[in-house]
Amino acid sequence: MSSTLLIIQTLNGLQLGVLLFLIAAGLTLVFGVMDFINLAHGVQYMLGAYLAAMFVAWTGNFFIGLVLALISALAFGLLLEVLVMRHLYDRDHLEQVLATFGVILFLNEGVKIVWGAAPLQVPVPDMLSGAVAIADGVLYPIWRLAIILSGLAVALGLYLVVTKTRVGMLIRAGATNAPMVSALGVDIRRLFMIVFGFGAMLAGFAGCMAAPVLSVEPGMGDNLLILAFVVIVIGGIGSIRGAFIGALIVGLTDTLLRSFSVDLLRMTGLSPSDARTIGPAIASMSIYILMAAVLFFRPTGLFPAKG
Amino acid sequence: MTDVSPLASSTPAPALGWDWKRLAIPLVLFAGLAVMPLIFPGDRYTLSLITRAMIFGIAALSLDLILGYGALISFGHAAFMGLGGYAAAILMFHGTGEALVAFPVAIATGALFALVTGAISLKTRGVYFIMITLAFAQMAFFTATSLSAYGGDDGLRMAQRNVVAGARLLQNDTNFYFVVLGLLIACYLLLRTIVGSRFGRILKGAKENERRMRALGFDPFRYRLTAYVIAGGICALSGALFANLGLFVAPAYMTWPRSGELIAMVVLGGTGTLHGAIIGAIGIIIVEEWLAEITQHWKAIFGPLVVLVAIFARGGIIRLIDRGTGR
Repeated sequence: MSSTLLIIQTLNGLQLGVLLFLIAAGLTLVFGVMDFINLAHGVQYMLGAYLAAMFVAWTGNFFIGLVLALISALAFGLLLEVLVMRHLYDRDHLEQVLATFGVILFLNEGVKIVWGAAPLQVPVPDMLSGAVAIADGVLYPIWRLAIILSGLAVALGLYLVVTKTRVGMLIRAGATNAPMVSALGVDIRRLFMIVFGFGAMLAGFAGCMAAPVLSVEPGMGDNLLILAFVVIVIGGIGSIRGAFIGALIVGLTDTLLRSFSVDLLRMTGLSPSDARTIGPAIASMSIYILMAAVLFFRPTGLFPAKG
Repeated sequence: MTDVSPLASSTPAPALGWDWKRLAIPLVLFAGLAVMPLIFPGDRYTLSLITRAMIFGIAALSLDLILGYGALISFGHAAFMGLGGYAAAILMFHGTGEALVAFPVAIATGALFALVTGAISLKTRGVYFIMITLAFAQMAFFTATSLSAYGGDDGLRMAQRNVVAGARLLQNDTNFYFVVLGLLIACYLLLRTIVGSRFGRILKGAKENERRMRALGFDPFRYRLTAYVIAGGICALSGALFANLGLFVAPAYMTWPRSGELIAMVVLGGTGTLHGAIIGAIGIIIVEEWLAEITQHWKAIFGPLVVLVAIFARGGIIRLIDRGTGR
């Protein structure tokens, strides 16, 4: 376990963490404000990546492609809200889970029909390609740093919007007690539509940023959705702060254990072959064990928004 | 039906226990399934399709016990199917092909997993319960993928179907069909008895008004956990049957889309009716098969159908049948 590898994997963990935060933020606000379980949030991330791939290829410029992809992701989120979500606000979680599950099936297959089943590649924009030395002899890709920085910038922006603006105040109030906000004369459904569309755009943004690093393929949002749920359950539903801290915990735990679980197990005196067998299994399960442990001691997460 | 329990007075009778009028639908259903091999003699494709539908019927039945009667939305129910399948396949891998050993072991595996995970999951409510059941299913999934001795990602083949008391009874597809049908009916009757019993009423009572149940001196947690363990065991049995049908088990059997499918089956049929879960399972398996024959992109059609079911099918198919027959 070298310190160079540790630095690089910590940065990779941060990068996964900010991506998870971008997804979890929309998810947790949608759930917090409207008590709505949106399983389709992961496919909105996938769609963002596909839109980025398409628009970047069309325009030949990553940043123009990014803007177009974000606008489309927002529009698509609003369309989804009108077509499906708004019919389910007053219904059981069961029906929400089922309907959004149907949306996942449709979109995972839909992108195969439109863009084919083969993975797409999105090139890293020229000005952000290459690597930079972050310590003695430690090179790190600039694009991954860009992901981390843009994610942190969005987190800061979101924090300011939620804590300093009127819309943010309504969102916080809505997450704490939606019926009361509604009774005070706020159009909670319109507020929710804004939150939903914005959440879809954030997920889409995560997809755009991840596209040059990962291959863009059907189902790419499914696993990230599950991770995002782990994040908001650990952080506490409806809480932006919880989503941020939860995302960093999950991103770092997952990435670091995937790299070092075998070494760590060997240090406990396990034979190398046993460590190689058990390590990866423990690494893939670690965040779920973490989540179960958090819920066991704090059944509403670390920073629940609802009092 | 005579009721001695004081709880019964507050709840209408039809949803509970043995109600012969309500048994008309399951009777027609099981009779229909029983004559299928006569209608399609030697048609292996159709028989195997309906066998698969019935196996999912057992899994959906078990989910309906906790979902329909306990309002516990388990998003990890497929894990029990996978565990049951792995139990049967791993036993055969080590030379134990006896169903009378493998099936009880599968049931015990599912029940044990349900006991441990349920004890933690049931401390939470609502969306947290959904997520934590999902998390446990993911753990089971990742455990299965890391079992390199048993095929890892690629899954594990079974050399042949389980033997029953040493006899190769299940090798014949028609025999296997009737064994699955028999187990489906047995599970149905067992669950029907359970939900009609005092236990089932407390489960339902806790769903409707937890505080009242506590005030009456019942601890809902214990009843929910028991129901969860029963559901886990029965679902694992369906998994062992599923492994026998395809002679194969893989981690993919435990993925969360499969759990979503099971929920769709229960809701489509009508939650909290038991026979509705069977009808929902058969309906969805057949629709999937039918759509898959039309286009390889059948999920693009199936997905919107699921959305429509969620938005419009309040009460599921059973409600539609009830309305159609004027009840």
